[in-house]
Amino acid sequence: MTPSDLTAVWLTLKLAGLTTLILLLIATPIAWWLARTRSFWKRPVAAVVNLPLVLPPTVLGFYLLLVMGPEGPVGQLTQAIGLGRLPFTFWGLVVGSVLFSFPFAVQPIQNAFEAMGERPMEVAATLRAGFRDRFFSVAVPLAKPGFLTAIVLAFAHTVGEFGVVLMLGGNIPGETQVVSVAIYNHVEAMEYGPAHLLAGTMVAFSFLVLLSLNLLGRRRAP
Amino acid sequence: MTIRARFRLDRGEFSLDVDLDLPGRGVTALFGPSGSGKTTLLRLIAGLDRAPGHLEVNGEVWQDDGRDLFLPTHKRALGYVFQEASLFPHLNARRNLEYGLKRVPADERRVDMDHVLDLLGIGHLLERRPDRLSGGERQRVAIARALLTSPRILLMDEPLAALDLARKQEILPYLERLHDEMETPILYVSHAPDEVARLADHIVALDNGRAIAEGPLAATLARLDLPIRLGEDAGVVIDATIGARDEAWHLIRADFAGGGLWVRDTGHAIGHRVRVRILARDVSLALEHPRDTSIINLLPGTVAELAVDNHPALALVRVEVDGTAIVARLTRRSVAALGLAPGKPVWVQVKAVALVG
Repeated sequence: MTPSDLTAVWLTLKLAGLTTLILLLIATPIAWWLARTRSFWKRPVAAVVNLPLVLPPTVLGFYLLLVMGPEGPVGQLTQAIGLGRLPFTFWGLVVGSVLFSFPFAVQPIQNAFEAMGERPMEVAATLRAGFRDRFFSVAVPLAKPGFLTAIVLAFAHTVGEFGVVLMLGGNIPGETQVVSVAIYNHVEAMEYGPAHLLAGTMVAFSFLVLLSLNLLGRRRAP
Repeated sequence: MTIRARFRLDRGEFSLDVDLDLPGRGVTALFGPSGSGKTTLLRLIAGLDRAPGHLEVNGEVWQDDGRDLFLPTHKRALGYVFQEASLFPHLNARRNLEYGLKRVPADERRVDMDHVLDLLGIGHLLERRPDRLSGGERQRVAIARALLTSPRILLMDEPLAALDLARKQEILPYLERLHDEMETPILYVSHAPDEVARLADHIVALDNGRAIAEGPLAATLARLDLPIRLGEDAGVVIDATIGARDEAWHLIRADFAGGGLWVRDTGHAIGHRVRVRILARDVSLALEHPRDTSIINLLPGTVAELAVDNHPALALVRVEVDGTAIVARLTRRSVAALGLAPGKPVWVQVKAVALVG
């Protein structure tokens, strides 16, 4: 692998890791709310969360570019507080990836919270555990398979994204050039050898992801 | 030492309106058919659900709408046993037990772990995970888990309903020991008359979200307006002591204020306190001492009250046997033929007696 390819691999892993971490922090409370609420807003919020499932990545990338651009509301905010502009930076990619993989993190966790039912948390309350205490000592352990699925899916989905990256980040080596984009570059330049190497790595990675998901699902059954 | 609970709840098709003053010791049964509001009331007391009202448990106010006070469940010193054991599946039996225990400040722990393990016979199960326990064992661990939080009150929501008969028979003796050995008052929700007869000291009969009768168990069961709702299970409960044993015929005699009742020898020692249950349908009345009858339990008494039963052919008759009430279910034709009326002396023939604990 060329040094620039290795840089792309490292960048991709860093992006996927950070995205997964941020997603866990944001998706967990939203998943809990969606699993428990009887509010009228449940369905509209769920629809918004799931939008990236059906939107073409280019559409998402296009709007993010506008919103985070110099004239966009988020862009003006980030400039005002001294963060500069996000498009065509690594952190811009992180924002895009988080939104793009949102449903992949929310849904498994929400399903696990729903499958758990109200009872374990009620039992914990009668055993003197306050909300935060019982959330971490009961809800999170019981929803563990959901969390693991969310982690694997969010990570893998981020590794595999292409459209959002291209729209939002472009093709800057070491900053926004991830593996999927690097493969595209190699093919464009008729460098089939390096393209094969990276593409083959992606196939192996994807296989391992699906295998581990399968094993996680099996372990869930008693 | 009392529990005062006043709640008013209106959910359209279901409403609850109770104002109860319950004893702060012993077992109080919340008894009634499904949909009568028993579980709802228990959940309101636990703070798992909320309705306008006022709640005070042994001097501590848990809910007072006037002062906008509502203690969340985890701040109430209560134990709750659900219908299904609801052990945490990710923790073994020991860590399930410790879950509540370690959340109670050390200086508030009054219940000894070893005592509870022994009381419920679960000492050998501690390292097992819940899915390696039988239904009865799970429920015993769940009861122990609740007790270990040193609750001021133990709330039990039909703890036996999800178990088969054999498992029920397995747990009932433990519940009796609980009753005998723990100071903690127990509110026990049940729709099973035999459980109530066996365990309760005090009963609140609920119907349609209203308390239709309330009082000490024996006196309340002897009321003729309540048996109507109990249907086939109408009957009385009498506290007695084993007074004699007839080795030849394998019988023992349960003595109470009004006399003695011979029952099958259950192996209880002389002097042992037992509870005897007599169903109204197993009692008949005669004006003179019957002769040449197969019934061995004959007691002299006086008719105290008559009422029409749930079918126009049937009547319920309360007979006082030296201060102890026994209820008989007769046809109204028999009532007329014998000329039964309050004050009339009769012989009570008891066909079947059950020792319940």
